[in-house]
Amino acid sequence: MGDGIYVKGLRAWFGDTLILKGVDLTVAPNAVTAIIGPSGCGKSTFIRCLNRMHETVPGARVAGQVLLNSEDLYAPGVDPVQVRRRIGMVFQKPNPFPTMSVFDNVAAGLRLGGIRRKSRLQEEVERALRHAALWDEVKDDLDKSGVSLSGGQQQRLCIARALAVDPQILLMDEPCSALDPIATAKIEELIHDLKKELTIAIVTHNMQQAARVSEWTGFFLMGELVEFGVTKEMFTTPGDKRTEDYITGRFG
Amino acid sequence: MTPAARRLVSDGVSGLTFAAALLVVCPLLLIFGFLLYQGASAINVDFFLHLPKPVGEAGGGVANAIVGSVIMIGLAVAIGLPVGILGGVYLAESRDRRLPWVLRFVADVLNGVPSIVFGIFAYTVVVLPMRRFSALAGGLALGLILVPIVLRTTEEMVRLVPSALREAGLGLGLPQWKVSLRIIIPAARAGIITGFMVALARIAGETAPLLFTALGNRFWHQGLDQPIAALPLQIYAYAIAPYDDWHRQAWAGALVLITLVFLASLAARLATRGRSVAR
Repeated sequence: MGDGIYVKGLRAWFGDTLILKGVDLTVAPNAVTAIIGPSGCGKSTFIRCLNRMHETVPGARVAGQVLLNSEDLYAPGVDPVQVRRRIGMVFQKPNPFPTMSVFDNVAAGLRLGGIRRKSRLQEEVERALRHAALWDEVKDDLDKSGVSLSGGQQQRLCIARALAVDPQILLMDEPCSALDPIATAKIEELIHDLKKELTIAIVTHNMQQAARVSEWTGFFLMGELVEFGVTKEMFTTPGDKRTEDYITGRFG
Repeated sequence: MTPAARRLVSDGVSGLTFAAALLVVCPLLLIFGFLLYQGASAINVDFFLHLPKPVGEAGGGVANAIVGSVIMIGLAVAIGLPVGILGGVYLAESRDRRLPWVLRFVADVLNGVPSIVFGIFAYTVVVLPMRRFSALAGGLALGLILVPIVLRTTEEMVRLVPSALREAGLGLGLPQWKVSLRIIIPAARAGIITGFMVALARIAGETAPLLFTALGNRFWHQGLDQPIAALPLQIYAYAIAPYDDWHRQAWAGALVLITLVFLASLAARLATRGRSVAR
């Protein structure tokens, strides 16, 4: 059984502006949960609260509970750095470390974890790259710079980098918004395979993508979770008028 | 406007920018050419290998001054570079608002302080208590000049690193200090080194703060707590002396100084080609 995230009464601020106005949501184990909504609705902020990335921005604040299984990630004494090791993140724009090779990008998190032995590193890097469906394309170019890859490959490199440290949860913040349809299809296929082993939450402004990859969907609007439910039902019989308007393209 | 007229204006403006660029390079070429013309004749192997000769004797060199300059610049770098780089990273990465603002302001003021004031400071805190002029005092004065320059350029370069990289590191579970040290600084490396080279060129030619810290010396280096020779000091001493032979050596010394700075910049530039974000 995988790990789940249980969010209770989550509120988040930038300075004095309240971005999330009390969100309750469950990211179910070994499934994909999609977060959709128009720009500025707080969906990125929401996902960034799940691994305590939100607070790295000056002036940002969070209140409420985020439980990983039964452990409160915002309890006093919890180290955000440890949280981020267990809950990996993939960002909107591919962001491999430009000063590192393909190999070193993937190994970056492992080295931090104290793994030094060359053979062990090689094993783990290969495993992560295979996992991210990138191994066959880069196995002869492991020494090349991470930024020399194509955009889609860079994003899969970033996924491999996140997977290398064996996270319990993978958060993806609009991972395909900078990619072409072919690269997008590859990532979606990858998401399909990955959910067998870990739990995924994905923010997307592409509703077809949400429908394709996710089991659960949450619809955000102006900092509130308007509707949450099984993806299929949400896209066929939305319970809220605003959800219906959004997914049928009437606004947003 | 007809296409022909537009092309004319375009060519005119391009020409102006080219002329301006040329104007910037001209003084450098003129100075270098003049130094070559005046000083090249005094440069020979002896000039790099021997001590200065007493007045009246021909020949001799500035080997001790070259060594002295290298030693003091080394001291200055050892003192100033870590402080400047780490401080610059702090200024760029700190989430606090007030302290960085104050530090930035102080650094800008320091950048504008005449170099002789740094000399007076080093004189007061090192020369007076030790009761002698020393390489240490000179190195400290130069190091203090180096700090604000390196600090501010490092800050600017670190700011140029996209925040996506910072987030990539943090998102991977790297602690803030490792993100700064392993990801941000390497990404800003080329820019930081450029700033460092500017600072190095500046302190290599500083004379005023050395007058009453290093003092100068006509002999080889005798320990960090002793007066020491430096190229700018030697040039100054030769230039104000009434002997033609010394004047020639002053020109030659200036030529050597500018060549060394040029070579150091070139080496740094070549060494940092390649992967870097900010430059």
